Amino acid sequence: MTTLAYKVLIVDDEPQIRRLLRNTLMRADYEVSQAATAREAMSLLAIEKPDAVLLDLGLPDRDGLELVPLIRAQSDATLLIVSAREATAEKVAALDLGADDYVTKPFDTEELLARLRTSLRRRVRASAESQVVNAWNVEIDLVNRLVRKHGEEVRLTPKEYAFLSELAKHPGRVFTHKQLLSAVWGTVFEQNIEYVRIVVRNLRQKLEDDPSSPRLIVNEPGIGYRLKGADA
Amino acid sequence: MREAAQEGRGRLKVFLGAAPGVGKTYEMLTEGMARRRAGTDAVIGVVETHGRVETEALIGDLEIVPRREVDYQGRILTEMDIDAVLARRPQLVLVDELAHTNAPGSRHPKRYQDVEELLAAGIHVYSTVNIQHLESLNDVVASFTKVRVRETVPDRVLENAEIEVVDIPPDELIERLKEGKVYIPHEATRALGHFFSKSNLSALRELALRRAAQAVDTQMLDYLRAHALAGTWAGGERVLVAVSELPSSEGLVRSTKRLADALRAPWTAVHIETPRTGQFSAEERGRLAAAMQLAAQLGGNVASVPAANVIDGLKAFATDARATQLVVGKSSRTRWFELRHGSVVDRLVRETPGLAVHVLPSEEPAGRPSLKPARMSERGTWGRPVGYAVSAALVAVITLIGVGVYSFGNLTNLALLYLIPVMAAATLYGLRTGLFAGILSSLAYNFFFLEPVHTFTISDPENLLTVLVLIGVAVVTSQLAARVRLQADLAQKSSGQNAALASFARTLAGLSTEDELGQTLCAEVSRLLGVNAVLLLPKAKGLTLSAASPPENRLGAIETAAANWALDHKQPAGRGSDTLTASDWLFQPLVAGGRAMGVFGVALDDGGDPVRSDQLPLLVSFIDQAAMSLERINLVAEMANVSQLKERDRLRAALLSSVSHDLRTPLTTILASASQIKAANIEGLDPALADGLVVEAERLNRFVANLLDMARVEAGALCLQLEAVDLTDAVAGAVHDLRNRLESHPIRLEVPADLPLVRVDPQLLHHCLINLLDNAGKYSNPGGAITISGTRSPGELALAILDEGPGLPKGREREVFETFTRLEGSDRKGGTGLGLAIVKGFAEAMGLTVTAANRDDGKGAVFSLRFPERLIVRASGEEMP
Repeated sequence: MTTLAYKVLIVDDEPQIRRLLRNTLMRADYEVSQAATAREAMSLLAIEKPDAVLLDLGLPDRDGLELVPLIRAQSDATLLIVSAREATAEKVAALDLGADDYVTKPFDTEELLARLRTSLRRRVRASAESQVVNAWNVEIDLVNRLVRKHGEEVRLTPKEYAFLSELAKHPGRVFTHKQLLSAVWGTVFEQNIEYVRIVVRNLRQKLEDDPSSPRLIVNEPGIGYRLKGADA
Repeated sequence: MREAAQEGRGRLKVFLGAAPGVGKTYEMLTEGMARRRAGTDAVIGVVETHGRVETEALIGDLEIVPRREVDYQGRILTEMDIDAVLARRPQLVLVDELAHTNAPGSRHPKRYQDVEELLAAGIHVYSTVNIQHLESLNDVVASFTKVRVRETVPDRVLENAEIEVVDIPPDELIERLKEGKVYIPHEATRALGHFFSKSNLSALRELALRRAAQAVDTQMLDYLRAHALAGTWAGGERVLVAVSELPSSEGLVRSTKRLADALRAPWTAVHIETPRTGQFSAEERGRLAAAMQLAAQLGGNVASVPAANVIDGLKAFATDARATQLVVGKSSRTRWFELRHGSVVDRLVRETPGLAVHVLPSEEPAGRPSLKPARMSERGTWGRPVGYAVSAALVAVITLIGVGVYSFGNLTNLALLYLIPVMAAATLYGLRTGLFAGILSSLAYNFFFLEPVHTFTISDPENLLTVLVLIGVAVVTSQLAARVRLQADLAQKSSGQNAALASFARTLAGLSTEDELGQTLCAEVSRLLGVNAVLLLPKAKGLTLSAASPPENRLGAIETAAANWALDHKQPAGRGSDTLTASDWLFQPLVAGGRAMGVFGVALDDGGDPVRSDQLPLLVSFIDQAAMSLERINLVAEMANVSQLKERDRLRAALLSSVSHDLRTPLTTILASASQIKAANIEGLDPALADGLVVEAERLNRFVANLLDMARVEAGALCLQLEAVDLTDAVAGAVHDLRNRLESHPIRLEVPADLPLVRVDPQLLHHCLINLLDNAGKYSNPGGAITISGTRSPGELALAILDEGPGLPKGREREVFETFTRLEGSDRKGGTGLGLAIVKGFAEAMGLTVTAANRDDGKGAVFSLRFPERLIVRASGEEMP
């Protein structure tokens, strides 16, 4: 490999998880550094300038959740939460604070690598301003504000388009309900999850092959939605 | 309100609640409907039903004035259309949420201003508001709830309104909250979790009740009076009634109560304890006590004030109590008495400017024997015999001295010497002894020193004057001295009582248990009043003897009945009261914070009246102090209990979280390593081995998850995060997560896309569905299809999971949900038997019911999750901005 490998910082207090993640990542040609505490993580963040951070929320010296905004303030690294915590509220909080995605322990290593890959690719693409997103048989043209299914134009209401384009700006990334609501309807409506549900329903009717088993706009229970199929 | 009606303005009626969810809107609609049925032209200006079916149903055929749409930054908000209401001119309009802030660009910034305009137009308005929206209470409420509301209503709006308090007990409200019956604005969801604590709700409720009372409600005034919250009357009239031992006193008290009601004023019955009080007969004491008791029962305050005489006592008390009206009985004294002493009433009127004095006729029953005060003790007036002896001796000594002096020459001023025994006797022994000394002195002076000496004849008229002076001095001196002595006695008595109270209060402050308190109270009262005392406290099995002095006191059936009555009615019962007087005991309730906390009983060994009227205030003070202490002790105990529970919950949560972490960490490693081994495709390694490793690790992971879930259910530690969930999402998510396990089974999804949303916890629902699908996979025949179907029927929404397999054993459908139950013939399937128990636990926590049955077509089993109507969210695209 001639290109520079991505640098990933692993922050986890369990040595066996760190070892596992390091092996997995190194096999996938990432450069890896490790931190066991929040303190170490913050110094490594400054020294190594990693492209991605895998952050465990249960750290000995500080709640990982508090670290999210700190990392965001210092670096534009892709931030993936890797946590054993079940509570969706924490995941939502981490995402709202600026984390890019989350993986729950125990995780499938393939899944983890896939998420990491999409997040990193997003990062590159964000700078490259990719303007047409293809997912399954749907094409979302962000420049001309057009959506086609099987090449045929699909008519969407302004809200439906706003919602879909929001998801399409970062394909594969999970958006919390709150993020979607404030982006599409404004912050006043951040709590009206019903709006999201209704728009998703309408979009699925128009875009999914089988609206009752959706594969394009996929729900994460209690968290939000992501657009799938774009990186397949 | 009264003036308002006269001016042709509309009338405002406000349904006041302590917190969201008490049912204000419901109440308002109910009353609106009632008005409409009674023929009033009532319409709805604006009503927020928040999707509550019961409330929506109430709207019935009430006409709704369409709302006005306001375009605000591209969003359409709807507000009450005040012009439409004015044009429609109904008699009565229902306007919900008085504190609402109108959308920018509306005529008035606040909804109450709209309401004021409607009122000015002569339209009656019903509205609703929560107590925390009242401007003056905003700070108070924020101080203890930590939630500050920005939407406030000025107090004046409510001042002219009729107020109806919509009140439910905090426990019930919390229950309703848990059941999801309370609509909470989304912005405030998190903050309001704290808001709905029991202590907050109780405080808010008290505020609401007090505010309502303060406004106009007579009924609430009674409530306040009954609870002696006298402090809420800032100014205005205060009525005082002077209660005496005369039989007319009870009548006076009743008249005063009527007067006070008419004036809407607090009132106090006061008895002035003069030295004469100590000489009352038992009958007089009884009457006095009865009058005081009556006053207390009718909601008046009672006080007993020591003073040298009635007029001074009344004057002083009226000033202290800032009384504006004084009620006294018409004097039953004779004309002769009044000529000598002056009329009490005349003096009162003269000496208390600014105080309106009402003189009511005495309602003395006819034919009753005249009640001349019976002198208790002859001795009290005649003085002790030793006084006469000493006086006589003194006179003798003075005479001897006088004789000695006389021998040196005739001194006319010798008479002055006799002032010494006269003044001494009058000062030390009272009027009669003083008079006796005066007469004796004049006789002795006359006999030994006046010409003709050694006779009692007085030749010189000048000398007659000397004798009269001596007698006069005796009278004046003894009167003065007697008054001084009385004052001293009273001061001593009153300081004695104060000291007793103070020391009791000090003792109480140091007590920390009910038992100590009971023993102290009984012992103190018993010692001070010379009575038997018991304290009864309400326990699980009824009123129980908590302390007694002497300790062997026991109570009979009638005593128990009286004690219970006293507790239930928060009024005295038993001997000397108006209720169950056959009891030997007098029971006084211990009331603090409007709650009867126990009953205190006193009795005499011989069964007489246990408490003299002059001791009653002291006893009541003791009991009040004890009640406050008891409340403090209970509160401390309650708080300790709460913090213990909290600590336990915290520990439980910490344990669950740490177990979950500890179990998942190794699982993560195992699972990840296994999948890497599988992916590495190592030569000579049977891929099935790696597969097995992955599958088993996944299964272990599910068991761990189930165990943790079960622990959460069992601990009751489920914290619901409710949100509107699309069942399509929920089902698709569960099927996706279990795709590997269910590979061999075709999945049929029959969930219509137009099913309404349901308000549940998405994570818990996810776990329910996963367990149900896992179960279906486990018990399906190989290749058997699994069908998931959703159906909407009136009153509910059902989600059914149907498998194709052996089905459930007949009659044992219910048992499948019990922990560790695996029905016979299912051993080979593996599993902990926890899955369905978790489904049941989670479902019930969210308010769903879960049922198991065999399929109608006999092909297998069907498990159904039923969502009741109240969990179904009415939402449609039209409302969406």
